[in-house]
Amino acid sequence: MNIKKNIALSDTGFVFNPSNGDSFSTNPIGMEIIKMLKEGKSTDEIKSHVVKNYMTDDTTFERDLYDFVNMLTKMNLVETDEKKKD
Amino acid sequence: MKKLQYERPVIQRLNTGVMNKFGTRTEYAPVTHIEGNAVKDLIKEYGSPLFVISQRVIEQTLKDANRAFKTRYPKVQFAWSYKTNYMNAVCNVFHKNGSWGEVVSGFEYQKALRNGVPGNKIIFNGPDKAENELRLAIKNNSMIHIDHLDELYLIKELATEMNLRPKVAIRVNMDTGIYPMWDRFGFNYENGQAWDAINKIMLTDKIDLVGLHCHIGTFMLAPSAYAVAAAKLSDLALGIKKKFKKNIQYIDMGGGFASKNTLKGSYLQGPDSSPSFDQFAEAITTAILNAGFVENELPLLILETGRALIDEAGYLLGTVISNKRLSDGRRATIMDFGVNIMFTSFWYDHKISPAQEFSQYTEDAVLYGPLCMNIDVIRENVTLPPLKRNDNVVVHTVGAYNMTQWMQFIALRPAIVMIDLDEKPHLIRKRETLASIDSEELVPKHLKEFKL
Ligand SMILES: Cc1ncc(COP(=O)(O)O)c(C=O)c1O
Repeated sequence: MNIKKNIALSDTGFVFNPSNGDSFSTNPIGMEIIKMLKEGKSTDEIKSHVVKNYMTDDTTFERDLYDFVNMLTKMNLVETDEKKKD
Repeated sequence: MKKLQYERPVIQRLNTGVMNKFGTRTEYAPVTHIEGNAVKDLIKEYGSPLFVISQRVIEQTLKDANRAFKTRYPKVQFAWSYKTNYMNAVCNVFHKNGSWGEVVSGFEYQKALRNGVPGNKIIFNGPDKAENELRLAIKNNSMIHIDHLDELYLIKELATEMNLRPKVAIRVNMDTGIYPMWDRFGFNYENGQAWDAINKIMLTDKIDLVGLHCHIGTFMLAPSAYAVAAAKLSDLALGIKKKFKKNIQYIDMGGGFASKNTLKGSYLQGPDSSPSFDQFAEAITTAILNAGFVENELPLLILETGRALIDEAGYLLGTVISNKRLSDGRRATIMDFGVNIMFTSFWYDHKISPAQEFSQYTEDAVLYGPLCMNIDVIRENVTLPPLKRNDNVVVHTVGAYNMTQWMQFIALRPAIVMIDLDEKPHLIRKRETLASIDSEELVPKHLKEFKL
């Protein structure tokens, strides 16, 4: 699971896909997740990072992350050759 | 290290230059309190979902309506439309503030009497008045608004039999330029039915024609339609004066003023598109004042305003049951209240606010109710912060019709709380229980027992 290399992120939660001009806005935690994905972190690493730093628990975050990643895929922000594998 | 507040990750496509169908709404500003009462506390005490009614908002709205009419016309009387919200506590707020009662059934009539409204301050409308109900209304000297000829003949018979002179008005329907035209109630103006009915009443001395009534529609957005209606009723009143030398005591313009809700499909938000009381008052009073009455013979102006007086005073508090994704990727949030208790979501895009603080990030979502039915949709599209299970929301402007048209379907109906002028909540209707529903049911003896 990898975010496309050319996707641009701003500090204010602005996500831009230069290949088709699509732009998106995301909240701070969404930003953090996208950054970690870009750095090549695994979903497990992301999970332990978030649960350690935020007031949430494993199951809640796992569900939310799964949903968020699905949205990223739907929005064409994810590398397609690497079929989903955690 | 203190952990950070968690919010579900959200991402939303930005459509630059295109007006998206969700509009640019700011409704997601959180509403954590209603007149000093924390939403969380109210739900903890009375359960979720929960209707909350503000006595202060009712009184302010009624005052505003009274001011709009009384500064323009010498004799004005509001009569509370029971069907709009007949919780006794709500009715009594109106009665304590001078409103008479307007009822459309024997059940509502009895409710008004029990609340202490004197019989001669009750207006009895509607097509279905049973003989015993008419007898009671005649005995009580109530204002009976005749809907059809069968009723007129029945009242005439009862008057003879009871040796009393009933006070009546006729309901008039008419073309006011608004479609659909409500011509199923009362007697038509344009084709002469109304004038015929008036003549029938005037030519018997057994019945006293005291008023003329109309109710031209509901959620009316055009004050000009009221000007037409008021002119037509005035014309009938002046016709009666001319032919029979009789002054009509009152003109009753019914209800129908739009509330501050937003009709589905409307581009403008309700608060921006609904006319004010002043605009309706200006249209109606100008028409009557210009009709040609001698000054001291101006009829009393009665208004049966319903939704515009109560809608904004009502809130529905609810709780998130779950979130899911629909097959097309849209976010769906399931609430613990649905069309069973929010009937008006069929017509309105009700404003919905989260009841807790969030960051400024939002998501587009569909809001569903909890019923196992496809039609149970509260909002087809709404922009809200990322709500999670057990978060609370506040639905606005639900005071009209929801607490009378609600259905006991699948779920029990919730409690209703009224917040008084000192911001103290009072339970005014208990949450239904299995026992309260079952108490009306009977199971035949041969069906009482079974083995499985
Ligand atoms: C006779 C009559 N009066 C008053 C009302 C109240 O109408 P609204 O709530 O639209 O003001 C109604 C509602 O349909 C009605 O039928």
